[in-house]
Amino acid sequence: MNAIKNRVMRGGYGSFVILAFILIVAFPLLMDIFRLNLVGKYLTYGFVAIGLVMLWGYGGVLSLGQGVFFGLGGYAMAMFLKLEASDPVSTAIQSTPGIPDFMDWNQLTELPAWWLPFKSLPLTLIAVIAIPTLLAFIISYAMFKRRVGGVYFAIITQAVALILTVLIIGQQGYTGGVNGMTDLKTLMGWDIRTDSAKYILYFINVGLLLGSIALCRWIQLSKLGTLLLAMRDKEDRVRFSGYDVSMFKVFAFCLAAALSAIGGAMFTLQVGFMSPSFVGIVPSIEMVIFAAIGGRMSLIGAVYGTLLVNFGKTYFSESFPDLWLFLMSALFISVVMVFPNGLAGLYESHVKPRLVRRKSGSGPAKSIETPPKPAATPSTPASDIGLGAKVSNQSA
Amino acid sequence: MSNTDFVLAVEDLTVSFDGFKAIDNLNLYVDRGELRVVIGPNGAGKTTLLDLICGKTKASTGSIKFKNEEMTRLSEHMIVRAGIGRKFQTPSIYENLSVFKNLEVSFPRGRGVFGALGFKCDDEVRNKVNEVADMIGLTDRLDVESGLLSHGQKQWLEIGMLLMQDPELLMLDEPIAGMSARERELTAELLLRICKNRSVIVIEHDMEFVSRIAHKVTVMHQGKILAEGSMEKVQADPKVIDVYLGH
Ligand SMILES: Nc1ncnc2c1ncn2[C@@H]1O[C@H](COP(=O)(O)OP(=O)(O)O)[C@@H](O)[C@H]1O
Ligand SMILES: [Mg+2]
Repeated sequence: MNAIKNRVMRGGYGSFVILAFILIVAFPLLMDIFRLNLVGKYLTYGFVAIGLVMLWGYGGVLSLGQGVFFGLGGYAMAMFLKLEASDPVSTAIQSTPGIPDFMDWNQLTELPAWWLPFKSLPLTLIAVIAIPTLLAFIISYAMFKRRVGGVYFAIITQAVALILTVLIIGQQGYTGGVNGMTDLKTLMGWDIRTDSAKYILYFINVGLLLGSIALCRWIQLSKLGTLLLAMRDKEDRVRFSGYDVSMFKVFAFCLAAALSAIGGAMFTLQVGFMSPSFVGIVPSIEMVIFAAIGGRMSLIGAVYGTLLVNFGKTYFSESFPDLWLFLMSALFISVVMVFPNGLAGLYESHVKPRLVRRKSGSGPAKSIETPPKPAATPSTPASDIGLGAKVSNQSA
Repeated sequence: MSNTDFVLAVEDLTVSFDGFKAIDNLNLYVDRGELRVVIGPNGAGKTTLLDLICGKTKASTGSIKFKNEEMTRLSEHMIVRAGIGRKFQTPSIYENLSVFKNLEVSFPRGRGVFGALGFKCDDEVRNKVNEVADMIGLTDRLDVESGLLSHGQKQWLEIGMLLMQDPELLMLDEPIAGMSARERELTAELLLRICKNRSVIVIEHDMEFVSRIAHKVTVMHQGKILAEGSMEKVQADPKVIDVYLGH
């Protein structure tokens, strides 16, 4: 346990503490519950973003379909809440009381069998993680064993996102269709719409997010993290060192999916509904942008990126709704072309050296020892939570 | 064919790319502890032969037996785990990891996903890294980012990464290309040392180097074996002189 702690803390401990402070202390003190709930919603995308850091930044596998896993996690949670909200008393006016309202509207007279497990909270919590992870396993195993990668894989993830959206919208009677699952009220009798519930859910969300970051950091510092970086760089060398490269990619994909699913479930709990608009192609791409802008090599950076882009989105789409899409596209293009390591990369290359110089006084001798390097080439993989290693230009 | 004492027995091996036979009905036998050099003009199929043995390319027909086990149906990582190591023509190392990390990652433990998660760099690993670093002359460079090594040192590092796995058969594709005279000399010594307890197949062009290290030489031409035997014997072979040494 101590060893794990040491590994997690080595490198990047400072930035982790700062993030934890901001999320646990600063935001709750500075914001009213409406704003804090909004931040909580953004942070659920943070799970997707840190998953993408592991999958895309470390593993070199770009997925444009993370909304699928976010959505599945969110829907699994929503199904439980919906069933609880559809007790026979409050649905007494329906032609079939006791089933979700959208089923009733679609002439269903009985709860479908595959909905039954979602009457149980433990089963639901298992399903939140297990279903998306299983789907991720099937997709990635089939693809990576056949050596499908890069752009082709990204396209396939898009296709899955599209298929799932179409399915959800088309199967209205089972899924709530385009409106999604709304009017979610209580969790085991606990009203999730109250302010106190929103506070509690916010803190649970932050705790899970910080825990996920620590877990991912631990993975990055393990041999598996090194192998992911090595694979991105020299896949054949890893393969011909006796590793089954495809299984490592499968792992990264499943990990990213499981994290996204947790985010989705927390979204449902905090926002109070789930709909196909968080599943499809556009949200999936947006989630990649969060990670890219924050820095795809940095877990912490990805969280900041998610928060900033979403604050920006909320602000701009309130004041200049037409401008937002252009702005976000411009931001994304500039990230890809000018600063491939995102905000974390900028911090690492511009801000940190200055801080270090100020701290250590003058360091001419040191700068001779370590010649200045291009921004994208930090020295060791474990140097900071920010940057692992050089980001290869091949992004997919 | 029944069991043999050969560490590697390649028989009737053929591979064609769109009808072009890069390897054409080839037979090759390598003894335990042997250092075999494969020579031949560009495009003879030498690299393709190594690709076939290590599973990078799948054979059209024929068999590759390593210690009497058929390799043609195994996936790449299983072939490596069986004991065949392969060095690529251009140095293939993890440029942004330290020399130590490069060697550590090549240690044959924790090769599964969860094994890698639980992998610890204990004394066994460190000792092996130090032992190999000593062999390849990189002991004082262990903490250096490997991208900063010289070309020759990168080649040695990749050989070292293979030695970490103690393969019984080591295959090296043009290991001294781009090396200085001094580096070639050191590499020759290294190869002679590492073939003491394993078999080695080396692809090389430099005749002086070949005659210094080879136990036996195989000459390839157009996907076939043209001649095989001692350096003197193949150098005297008129067919060989004709296609290869002649110009
Ligand atoms: N994957 C491939 N597809 C098509 N042709 C190939 C492929 N690999 C090798 N070849 C061809 O096979 C021949 C042998 O190549 P190679 O084994 O690299 O030769 P050598 O290493 O002896 O110089 C060459 O003519 C090359 O163009
Ligand atoms: Mg070649």
